[in-house]
Amino acid sequence: MKKLSQWLRFVVLMLLVSGPAGADGLLMVRSDKLFPEAMALLQSAISSRGYKITRLQQVNENLERRDYKSDMYRVVYFGKYEEVKQVTAKQPELIPFLPLNITIFAERDQAILVSSHPRMLESYFPDPALRPVFERWERDVVAIMDEVRQAN
Amino acid sequence: MPSRFVMLMFLCGGLMSPLLASADADGAMLYARNCAACHGENGNGGIGVPLALPSFQASISDDYLRQTIRLGRPGRVMPAFTRMSDAQVEALVHYVRAWDKGAAATYTRQPIKGDRAHGKRLFAQHCAACHGAEGGGGEGTGVTFSRPRDLPIMAPALHNPGFLAAAPDAMIKATLMNGRQGTPMSSFLDQGLKEEDLNDIVSYVRSFATQPLSASAQLLRVENPVIVRDSPYDFKTTVENVKRAVSSNNFFYGRVQPLEYGLTEAGRENQKQIIVYFCNLGLLNQALAVDPRVGMFLPCRVTIVEHEGKVQVMSVNPKVLSRLFNNSELNRLCERMSESYSAIMDEATL
Repeated sequence: MKKLSQWLRFVVLMLLVSGPAGADGLLMVRSDKLFPEAMALLQSAISSRGYKITRLQQVNENLERRDYKSDMYRVVYFGKYEEVKQVTAKQPELIPFLPLNITIFAERDQAILVSSHPRMLESYFPDPALRPVFERWERDVVAIMDEVRQAN
Repeated sequence: MPSRFVMLMFLCGGLMSPLLASADADGAMLYARNCAACHGENGNGGIGVPLALPSFQASISDDYLRQTIRLGRPGRVMPAFTRMSDAQVEALVHYVRAWDKGAAATYTRQPIKGDRAHGKRLFAQHCAACHGAEGGGGEGTGVTFSRPRDLPIMAPALHNPGFLAAAPDAMIKATLMNGRQGTPMSSFLDQGLKEEDLNDIVSYVRSFATQPLSASAQLLRVENPVIVRDSPYDFKTTVENVKRAVSSNNFFYGRVQPLEYGLTEAGRENQKQIIVYFCNLGLLNQALAVDPRVGMFLPCRVTIVEHEGKVQVMSVNPKVLSRLFNNSELNRLCERMSESYSAIMDEATL
């Protein structure tokens, strides 16, 4: 009885959580951490998956220099050298979409993270050889954002 | 036989409670992953509707939630969750409903008959100020979302295929009758309108379904997500041309660096893949005010590539943002940016 219950719970759980659930457009999550902490978590989650952070675009500082008000706002660029080298050699038109990036900005005492779905690139570049790369990026970006969201 | 039936009920009851507990837990996970960024962790709103608001909960049916999750609001930020399974949608509805202890409203799908022409006049008088003259919804991207907003809630677009499919006539009428406490939407009965007047307004709102798609529900179509120009110049000259063209089109260029910058040690990067980053802070501020999420495609950039002896200049077509962000308010800005990118690239490769 207990085993059956456990098995059914497992089946229902799998039905509920398996497969991509997201919307077609953007990946967006909210972290209940303050911006600096969420930012640190994001950088750690990116690095722990073997990506190199190549640049932190400081959006709010640039705006404030011209007296435009903005909360803390960064765009974090990241990638893997060999991967970027290979895919852009095969498909140079991918370059405008690279390196991958995640935008993070403060909303009061929380932070919001936004990224496009890397899998959307499949519709722009339907080369079957690139598909596993896009899928890997999708899994990684989802996992990175989940890690920041779930951090306690 | 009765004992078997009792056994079966016992079995179902014993199994269902942990199953429902799982559904709740997964509803929470799905909500956190897909909804909380816009609607707030506890449904208190943000860019999206405050789902936990008691007056909102009291006026909507479960089916309204289901349809809204499935269809979204084309052009109005709320995306369509087409990849979600039915079980996931149900788990989400269950989770959102748990914020309110009252019974969910149910509505008949029976159309309400009314005088459409009179409804149109009443709409102009009582609804258009918030919902737009043609029902296209209030301007802006919501309440906070990093930047200050004027209203506690963005007036929804009524002339929107997602709304019209989700909201039956009876629900629209109930909202007109009761208003939504905690939002600028007040009861129309309190404003002195009669039930017949409300029927007329409902009839007019329903007629949006037979009218051409509202501008606020339209998104830009893009044939090619990348703008590409072949350059007749050598690589180095093309890079200089792009920098000059950026300046002459009212932008300032910042970094000029290889795509592989930071991915490998300095000097090892492919010097035939150069990105010119540029910006116009006034435009950036305007774009972020329309939709704070656009930062992910900023600063503006044009890439110069030499591949198999051919020099090309390329960039993401800014028009893709309209559909990606599901925000029709970006349309004009995206078109303007697309023109600017094309002008820069044309000038650099002329």
